[in-house]
Amino acid sequence: MIIDNISRIADIITRHQESILNDWLHEQLVALSARQDLISESNLRLQSTELLSLFVPACNTGSLSDITQPEWAFVLDFLNKISSSRAILGFSPSETATFIFSLKQPLFDCLRQELNSDAEVLVDELWIATVLLDKLGLYTTEVFQKSREEIIRRQQRDMLELSTPVVKLWDGILAVPLIGTLDSIRTQVVMETLLQSIVDTGSHIAILDITGVPIVDTMIAQNLLKTVAAARLMGSECIICGIRPQIAQTMVHLGVAFGDVVTKATLSDALAYAFRRINRAVIQQVAHD
Amino acid sequence: MSVSSKVLPMRTEEDLMIVRQTVKAWMIEQEFSLLEQTKLVTAISEIGRNALVYGGGGSALLEQLLENCRVGIRVTIEDQGPGIADIEQALQDAYSTGNGLGFGLSGAKRLVMDFDICSKPGQGTRIKMTVWN
Ligand SMILES: Nc1ncnc2c1ncn2[C@@H]1O[C@H](COP(=O)(O)OP(=O)(O)OP(=O)(O)O)[C@@H](O)[C@H]1O
Ligand SMILES: [Mg+2]
Repeated sequence: MIIDNISRIADIITRHQESILNDWLHEQLVALSARQDLISESNLRLQSTELLSLFVPACNTGSLSDITQPEWAFVLDFLNKISSSRAILGFSPSETATFIFSLKQPLFDCLRQELNSDAEVLVDELWIATVLLDKLGLYTTEVFQKSREEIIRRQQRDMLELSTPVVKLWDGILAVPLIGTLDSIRTQVVMETLLQSIVDTGSHIAILDITGVPIVDTMIAQNLLKTVAAARLMGSECIICGIRPQIAQTMVHLGVAFGDVVTKATLSDALAYAFRRINRAVIQQVAHD
Repeated sequence: MSVSSKVLPMRTEEDLMIVRQTVKAWMIEQEFSLLEQTKLVTAISEIGRNALVYGGGGSALLEQLLENCRVGIRVTIEDQGPGIADIEQALQDAYSTGNGLGFGLSGAKRLVMDFDICSKPGQGTRIKMTVWN
């Protein structure tokens, strides 16, 4: 058994570095043939060369069965970088894992050549190499998955912010058109955006337009009231508008109300009220001939 | 008589949204008024969220009913959570053990034609809500 001895993998890779690298690159290019838009051959060569240069010293330390050992830290770090950049570039999980898994064939070929005289050692070394590359391959997919999730979370947050714009209707008057369900995350985003806009524009009135909110249940009512309370603390008065008739009736049955908050049927009613509050009036001009 | 039915999970806010949307689509198909749609969907929102928040999630059974040429919809939401010890108290307006308004349960009862609650400590909660067109 060579498990207890130093594996010859590092030594063999070092001596066949050039041919392994070429074969590995070839395998990768075949696997990624349809996706040449994503990464250039020269870039792949750079990445592959770098991985081998980190892989050999790690193998040399002898712990080929446990990649959580400190000597693998550089390899894992590098794979981490590659996987997350591939997640951003739009690679699929299998295209990302290909980087490691396509090293198998070239490495196995070399092991077979070098160790053909001793079947038992060959089997052992093949087994060690398989397990090791499987672990590293799995690691890349795990990192890839995490990076994708991170990207999706960021996109969702961006989308939330995009879909809750605060618009300035007039000097001192802001409007927030709310769409969909006002859950706690969305409320948080709305509140932050609104409060920041109140500071930035020095507005005294904020109109929360719920025309695009399909239902008002106790959670949504409570979240709206929280937003109103926060705006009040910043010295702004909130008006809620766009309560459709069926929603108004449902709220009455439910038993929830907007307390002392001024409510208006439509955005234009709310704007008219806001004008009065800041002592503005819309005047029809007398036509001159 | 139940003419068709569907069981959906009730484990996340997304599940609750799907249940609301499915029922809404059925009600449009059966020509319920906009008000009736809004009332039932709001009641589902309350009971579904209670099942998520207090019951740790569960499931929703949606049934399309037909009786004496009248169409109806029944939604049964159940969870295997701690259950409610004092149902009468839980059904009081403004009673909440969480930080809610405490109008979910009592409000949902007012929003539907038939409201049936079955809950025992340690045995979860099942609430049946029915409306007829
Ligand atoms: N499925 C359930 N399992 C266990 N306890 C429940 C369940 N549903 C309701 N309760 C209990 O009944 C109380 C009243 O529920 P209700 O929905 O009326 O109020 P809330 O959820 O606390 O606040 P709101 O619904 O107004 O936001 C809850 O605080 C909770 O203690
Ligand atoms: Mg509730």
